[in-house]
Amino acid sequence: MSTVEISCVEVWREISNYLDGEISVELRERMRTHFEVCDHCTAVLDGTRNIVQLVGDGRIFPMPDGFSERLYKKIRERLSP
Amino acid sequence: MTQPQLESIEAELIRRVCGGEPQAFEELLRPYERLVYATAISILRNPADAEEVAQEAVLKAFSKISSFRGESKFSTWLVQITYNEARMKLRKERQHLYESIDREQQDQEGEYWPRDFADWRPIPSELLERGELREALQNGINSLSPMYREIVILRDVQNLNLKDTAAVLGIPEGSVKTRLHRARLQLRDFLAPGIDGSWSSGQNYRKVRPW
Repeated sequence: MSTVEISCVEVWREISNYLDGEISVELRERMRTHFEVCDHCTAVLDGTRNIVQLVGDGRIFPMPDGFSERLYKKIRERLSP
Repeated sequence: MTQPQLESIEAELIRRVCGGEPQAFEELLRPYERLVYATAISILRNPADAEEVAQEAVLKAFSKISSFRGESKFSTWLVQITYNEARMKLRKERQHLYESIDREQQDQEGEYWPRDFADWRPIPSELLERGELREALQNGINSLSPMYREIVILRDVQNLNLKDTAAVLGIPEGSVKTRLHRARLQLRDFLAPGIDGSWSSGQNYRKVRPW
């Protein structure tokens, strides 16, 4: 069964939802077929996936040194009458 | 631990706090310190302000805990309080600027198309140990306008799901998706000039594509 072709613009619009699995099986298949033949869209997909993975790493916004200690000190001050 | 297990442990801790055992609040809060801090910094962009707001938000959550009804997750409720505190601080400090921020947000609602189509060479996450990539990502996130920045922080940095993100921000799930999409593409373009080997080759970051 052949899938209906999809344009680059339509692919770009759905890249983020594609990564999150927030699209229909049918659209997913059309996009997958498109990525096989389109280098530009593959570059957009790879880059976006890479960015999502880097941003989610947790090392980007480190908490300041001593953040926890100061936070719990505040709470304890509030707790003691 | 499954979500229902977590929720029942948290419900028990909340009962203990309300029942006159305030020390249980620390145990309840501990897994979410980072979430509170990241939410604050996503709006305020400055570590000192973010810490101050994080502390205020946590104290507020503590004093309001008896009003928590368990209709949302405890973490969502906590993020919502932090988010409101941070917005309030911003509003107070930049009252004169606020209107222009709102207008800028509306202006950017149009579609965003990717700008860089060269082959993407993966940037390995080990490089985050080096300050340069971390700084570039921070700068990239900080360069987004507030409505996109908060979405990236909640969804991609803190891994909140679609439903919880929509609940915290008080916007429809569809808007979360659209804004997240734009934010991710913008970040990708922001980092793209560094992909010609300069991220992984150990050379200094070079802007190899001037557009």
